[in-house]
Order: sequence, then C-alpha cells, then structure tokens
Amino acid sequence: MIQTDLLIIGAGPTGLFSVFEAGLLKMKCHLIDSLPQPGGQLTEIYPKKPIYDIPGFPIINAGELVDNLMEQIKPFNPGFTLGESAVTIDKDEHGQFIVTTDKGTAHRAPSVAIAGGLGVFTPRRPPIENLKDFEQKGVEYIIKDPDIYKDKKVVISGGGDSALDWTIYLAEIAEEVSLIHRRTSFRGHLDSVDKVMALAQAGKVNLITNAEVKEVTGNECLNSVTVHAKDGTTQTIKCDHWLPLFGLTPTLGPIGDWGLTIEKNSIVVDNSSDYRTNIEGIYAIGDVNTYPGKLKLILCGFHEGTIMVQSAFKRAYPDKKLSFKYTTVMGGVGSLE
Amino acid sequence: MSADINITVIDREGQQHQLIAPTDMNMNLMEVCKSYELPVKGTCGGMAMCASCHCYIDSNHLLNEPSEDEEDMLDQAFFVENNSRLGCQIFMSSHLEGLKVTLAPESD
Repeated sequence: MIQTDLLIIGAGPTGLFSVFEAGLLKMKCHLIDSLPQPGGQLTEIYPKKPIYDIPGFPIINAGELVDNLMEQIKPFNPGFTLGESAVTIDKDEHGQFIVTTDKGTAHRAPSVAIAGGLGVFTPRRPPIENLKDFEQKGVEYIIKDPDIYKDKKVVISGGGDSALDWTIYLAEIAEEVSLIHRRTSFRGHLDSVDKVMALAQAGKVNLITNAEVKEVTGNECLNSVTVHAKDGTTQTIKCDHWLPLFGLTPTLGPIGDWGLTIEKNSIVVDNSSDYRTNIEGIYAIGDVNTYPGKLKLILCGFHEGTIMVQSAFKRAYPDKKLSFKYTTVMGGVGSLE
Repeated sequence: MSADINITVIDREGQQHQLIAPTDMNMNLMEVCKSYELPVKGTCGGMAMCASCHCYIDSNHLLNEPSEDEEDMLDQAFFVENNSRLGCQIFMSSHLEGLKVTLAPESD
C-alpha cells in the first residue's frame, strides 16, 4: 500500500504543478496516470505543438513545458504509478481514501485530487453493433502478444504507424495479412509506407484501400469481416483476427462511477471555495472539472491546483498551522526538500 | 468592417439551427457551434486531433483543401464520407455565407 498526503489522479500539467504547490506546504504527493509517461495530453497528443498562453513564456513547446514541470517538482520527490488507471475508491475506518488501479496497486491518502484532464486514453472502437460480442474473441484493439497471430489469418484496419508497423511485423508470421484503409495514402513514416507497398506488390499483404470494415461475423469467435469499398462493392474476408487500429481517445472511465456529480463528461466542483466535489476530501482540478465560467486552460489548472492544496493540507495535518510563504521569501525550495 | 454570415447546422437529431457567425474573429465552425451550445465537444480545442467536430458539408461552397493533419484525423474517425470535414478546420469568412453542414454521428 502506497501512503501519501495527497493522491493526484492524472500526471498532466495540472497534476504536476499541484505537486509543487503541495511541496511548498511540505506535503508528499503521489500521482497515478494511465499513460506510461507523465505529461498527459501534452506528451501523448501534441508534444511538438507550441503553446502561447503560459504566463512568462511567449512560446513553449508542450513537451518542453512538461520537462520543465518535472524539473520544478523534482525537489519534492513525488511518487508515480504510471501505465495504470485508477479504478476503485473506498474509505477505510480512519477516513482515508484507498484508490486501487486496474493492476491492483493500492494507494492511501486523506485527500484525492482528480486532475484527469480529458480522461483515460482508450482505443477508438468502430461503430459496429455486434463488435462487443467478438472483443477478445478475435477482435483486439491492442496487440499484447504478437505470437497469438502466428499462422493465423489477420485483418488490420487503420492508416497510421501502428497499423503499418503491425502489418509489416505480422506479414512475417501470420498465414495471411490484409490491411484495410479509408483512402489510398497513409500517414505513417515514409519508410513503413514503402515497406507495406513492397509487401503488397510481393503478394505478402492483401492491401485494400478506399474501403472500411463495416460488418463482423462469427459464432463463438470471429470468423470473417465484410469490407465496404467506396465504389459500392463489398467483399467478405475470412479471418481469425481483426485489429482495428484507430488510435486512442479519452473517456472519463471508471471515475465516472465514483458517485461524483457529473455534467457533460466533467466533474462539477465548487469554484467559490477550493474546487471540492460533492464528496468531501475529493477535489477535481484542471480540464476534468466544470463550474460556471470554466475555461479549459493549463493556467487555470495551475490556479485550481494551488487553491486545492491549501485545503488538502488541512485534511492531512489538521493540527498544524498552515503558513503561506512566497517562494521569493523562502529563497528557493531547497529548505523544503 | 467584415459582415456576419449566416450558416445552417443540422444536429444529430435532424433539427436545423440558423447561426450567425462573425468573420472578423478568426473563429472556426467548431467554435461557432460551441458558442450556440450545439452538441459539439471540440475536445482537442481545435488542433485537428480528436474528430469530435466531424461534420458533413451539405452546400456547394468551395472550401480550403483539408490539411494532412485533418486527413490523418479523419482516418481515425468513423462514419467518414466524401464530404466529411473537421469543423475546427473551417474558418468563418464572407465566402461561406449560406454554408450548410450536418453534424456527424458521435462514436462511443
């Protein structure tokens, strides 16, 4: 069990900066994030995009901002549980929250701050009605063990790097590989595109462009997909596996079932106090929350986190006096390490 | 001074909405829809990275060609048709007077 003063769900910019503000109050923080690296959407979606509205930085790349935040919180030595998503929350007999991840890691803290941004990144699922019936029975969105495709008939959908890379890899080991894509050009690395084209020419990959999979059929397990082409023709391909690789999209996920008041996929908080939710001891900060006049901006997340940690301090150390000091007066954060 | 333009948006229930959009504020169609509280999420904030503003262009207006980023995102979207575009990549200007679009179905 990981014990901490403040448990932060989401290691995006808001969660990271909250560690700094908590650190100034000598609080220990631990962060959970479903992604394998900190930074949230800044690292996952747009690391190379410039941001222009961070006070004091006329321009800064998203990835660079995350690097700077990591540097800024280093003295406070926060803990990280990465690549795991928070699934359940309970309260123990001492009034502390126990948050457990999908991999079973348990965390204990007097306060929980949800800084989940857009939510948990999950694979995009094609809108095919009976698709659910075949999930993990031939339909897989994430390739965990490529060996299961050895000597099997595999259909891959998508036009990005992951579709191209897996097509190249599986062409070697699978009995048959088909790649289906909406248009004729691909957005992946040029080198991968060339390889796939060469494999198609050599007859090792069945490349079908200007088309998409619209139907899946099978009994217990998947046994075929039906491809609809833009010209109106259809064809059914016998297969053991279909890998729809359409990237990741964020959803609120299990946090949506924690009994919090939710409005339009966001957690309702009290912005006149400390961004508390309807459950005492649980706060929501950054893009994940909503209140009248809410702006989804990184700088607003920084502010919300700063206000929130003052209350979290009182919950972690009810007998200690909270004294607010400017970092300029403290002469840096060295004394707090 | 730039004039406002009139655009028609058909929501996912088939209901028509007449919107008035300014052309001098560098607004895109996603932002205009959001300002009228139409059900367009605009999750990524207009960076062509989420497809939550996916729509179909119903009128014959000549639009800017989709960028590679927009095409890439449409590759990951569903219900994509020949007239599919991302609303966040369509910027309001006077030549779009009378533009008519339908919001694409949401996936998930």
